[in-house]
Amino acid sequence: MEREKLKGWLYLLPAILFLGIFMVYPLVDVFIYSFEEGYNSASQTSWGIGTYNYSYVLRDPYFLQALKNTFILVIITVPLSTCLALAIAVGLNSIKKLRDLYQTIYFLPYVTNTLAVGLVFMILFKQTPYSDGLVNVVLGWFGMTPVDFIGGPYWAKMFVLCFYTIWVVLPFKILILTSALASVNQDYYNAAKVDGTSKFRIFRKITLPMISPTVFYLIITGFIGAFKAYSDAVALFGTDLNASEMNTIVGYVYDMLYGNSGGYPSYASAAAIILFTIVLTITCINLLVSKKHVHY
Amino acid sequence: MKVVLQNLTKTFPSRNKKVKEEVVAVNNFDFEIPDGVLVGLLGPSGCGKSTTLNLLSGLQKPTSGKIFFGENDVTNLEAENRGVGLVFQNYALYPHLTVRQNIMFPLQNLKGTAKLSKEEMNVKVLEAAKLVQIDELMDRKPGELSGGQQQRVAIARALVKMPKILLLDEPLSNLDARLRLQTREEIRRIQKETKITTIFVTHDQEEAMSISDIIVVMKDGVVQQIGKPQEVYDNPVNLFVAKFLGTPPINVFDGKIKSGKLFVGEDAIMDIQADTDKEVYVGIRPEGFVLNENGALRCRLNTVEVMGRDISVVSYNDASATDNQAIRSIISSENTVNLAAEYVRFDVKPNKVFVFDKNTEERIYFEKE
Repeated sequence: MEREKLKGWLYLLPAILFLGIFMVYPLVDVFIYSFEEGYNSASQTSWGIGTYNYSYVLRDPYFLQALKNTFILVIITVPLSTCLALAIAVGLNSIKKLRDLYQTIYFLPYVTNTLAVGLVFMILFKQTPYSDGLVNVVLGWFGMTPVDFIGGPYWAKMFVLCFYTIWVVLPFKILILTSALASVNQDYYNAAKVDGTSKFRIFRKITLPMISPTVFYLIITGFIGAFKAYSDAVALFGTDLNASEMNTIVGYVYDMLYGNSGGYPSYASAAAIILFTIVLTITCINLLVSKKHVHY
Repeated sequence: MKVVLQNLTKTFPSRNKKVKEEVVAVNNFDFEIPDGVLVGLLGPSGCGKSTTLNLLSGLQKPTSGKIFFGENDVTNLEAENRGVGLVFQNYALYPHLTVRQNIMFPLQNLKGTAKLSKEEMNVKVLEAAKLVQIDELMDRKPGELSGGQQQRVAIARALVKMPKILLLDEPLSNLDARLRLQTREEIRRIQKETKITTIFVTHDQEEAMSISDIIVVMKDGVVQQIGKPQEVYDNPVNLFVAKFLGTPPINVFDGKIKSGKLFVGEDAIMDIQADTDKEVYVGIRPEGFVLNENGALRCRLNTVEVMGRDISVVSYNDASATDNQAIRSIISSENTVNLAAEYVRFDVKPNKVFVFDKNTEERIYFEKE
């Protein structure tokens, strides 16, 4: 019996070693860094152990701005993109003609490069001395005053960021949801049809519960992804995100490590641990909620 | 409610694009189902029985022909307006709803004047559940039920709004042998109690024969024979029906009619009134053999299977038209068969012998002597 156990551990050893070195150790290390005050990466020394890094980060207006931006981004984009993806997927599922074509079109953003598309978005939304940008031109038709979405007021910039984020995450969600919808047994719909169920009721009482595991999967991964947003903001507003008030938590961590104000691994670690705590908490809440609502 | 099918035809476009020919799933189905009977649609897979059921439920629309429920033409009526109850082969119970919610589902769809109050719904649901004897499982999810229980829930859901017609698609195929026996009696009982015209589809002839008032035998979309199970069994119109009904299946021989006698191989097994001589198929039901030392039909004895009530004699005859030439005859266990003997001889019961045309495989009728 003991021998058997030993053998088992032996088989697991490569995986454990790999995970330990490349996943657990860095996590623990970051955790340790976050409590080492005044850590110097060149000399690998610190003044001592304490919570100063956290209190610094939590008082840093740039961090608070990043925190606020991230939360707004999460709260707006996750529900909106999921609902939108669901609507589009249901639509796709109910058409027969040109379905493959539309599916391809909707999936295209997924295979394009974030930064390149960000540039296009910037051109569409940006107001320059020479042009108002396409979006402003269109807004002008409806009698609205042009706004600089890239360098203008906070709400306009946030709008572009959310819009862009939703646009980027949509294809994957649509893909997953269309396959989930397609895998619902047609007999359920036939049974409901024979019983004279209205379309809306079929959707609410049959379709939605049937694909609820997928929907919750998308919501959970959506939350995690949105909390870790960074490249989207860079693509639209450039690398100096603090200046444009558009920084995210991950952006703040990056700045603390390598940005203009770089060279503060302890602050970066503290910020990273705060983000980790937030994501973990939200994910746990999500899982608890989903247990109540996901049916099997 | 009686159901009338008038020249009902359903064709599907061919999957193979090179072949323009359409697939005829149901071909010119003409039948009037009397009120309150249990009808079994019977046939091998791909014979169009499920398509017929879908046409009745309204999930599919016929290519031509008409369907009447009572006096109403429902041919172009959508499924939800036909008032049918349908039980799917895989039951299609909503897995996220409890038994109670599943059964209540059709009632909650009712609109306008038909709308029911919560109490009325509960009463009806309980009634339906009691009818199929699942009233103790109301708060379970389908996943927590056995196959037989799921089947009952599916029937209760189909019955709860008191449909004009109940349709069952292969209702017993997902159940094990013992449960199948039990459930088919259950279906019979429920049908008798509710008196709802019920049509069910099956490929199992025993199932269809045992509980149906009327069976409809189909093949390749064409109705072969309609009638009471015993009548169809005793009087098949063609070789297909004769072969399809009965376990063990009918024994088929190459035979001929020659000068007023029916021959199987070289043995003249009985006299018949026929003027012309010709080659025929001879079908003899397993119970149509009588053991007789001087019998007309001589077969090579293989084995004897004892089944208690009767014994089954397996023998060979060169004239047999089945693949392995085996002949199975069932005789009363009061007879004894000498296993050491090389040959066994039978006489035949004339009413268990059917003669079919060699080309058309249609039954040839004549006066028996």
